[in-house]
Amino acid sequence: MSSADIERQWTTRLRHRVTGHLPPEKVLPDTQPAYVASWIYVFGVTTMVALSLVILTGFVLAIRGPQWWHTSNVGHYVNSLHLWSVEVFFFAMVIHLWGKFFMAAWRGRRALTWMTGVVTFLTSIAAAFTGYVSQTNFDSQWISTQAKDGINATGAGSIFNVLNLGQMLMWHIVLLPLVAVILTAVHVVLVRVRGVVPPFDDTPPEKP
Amino acid sequence: MAGLALLAALFPLDHLGSYIHWGWVYISDANAIVIALMIIVFVAALLAPFPGRGRRKESR
Repeated sequence: MSSADIERQWTTRLRHRVTGHLPPEKVLPDTQPAYVASWIYVFGVTTMVALSLVILTGFVLAIRGPQWWHTSNVGHYVNSLHLWSVEVFFFAMVIHLWGKFFMAAWRGRRALTWMTGVVTFLTSIAAAFTGYVSQTNFDSQWISTQAKDGINATGAGSIFNVLNLGQMLMWHIVLLPLVAVILTAVHVVLVRVRGVVPPFDDTPPEKP
Repeated sequence: MAGLALLAALFPLDHLGSYIHWGWVYISDANAIVIALMIIVFVAALLAPFPGRGRRKESR
């Protein structure tokens, strides 16, 4: 096979494209700009660490099941760890969102980074909601019976039935985590490709 | 156990939750506290010095 043939292969073209946009030094950089040395920049990573804990404890809960998390001490502990990881996740994500909003972090061709963050946030709210209605206790019964009227009023009740525990559990442990994790990965890759948004002072004025 | 009893006395969970009702604003105390904490942490993150910041600037 000639070198021209090799260059025409889709694998070769894809590799050139990926390494062109994302060379190894951008994937795992050894330095960051000086302006990143501020506490406001740690909340994205905090959110990802909390998400990892949510997923990890979710795996354990899925393996052992409701009987275990309702009746055993260790089950209660892991269940609580799952809940409090979610609390930290949203706490850090909202501060991350505020920080990026006031930095106008969509500047410099970063609109897609911002939008993947927005959609991840909305997906996470749905994931948390389906988690609350999947607890299999009186709390989840109360939340689902209260929520059904609101959901039905939007017209979504015909395909998204909050009183259907099986459906809510599948959304909670399969569909929404999958979307949230994929979007988070895309979000991080975009941050690596475009870099962390600089402060307003560092941005050159736009040409008229 | 004494610690748990103190915690239970400070945060009684066998009562109805209390709410802040101010005009059209209607929010549980718990949610209001979490939002207040987020604002405090946000402001602290902007103002608190980051370890090694001066050293990084010197090295550049």
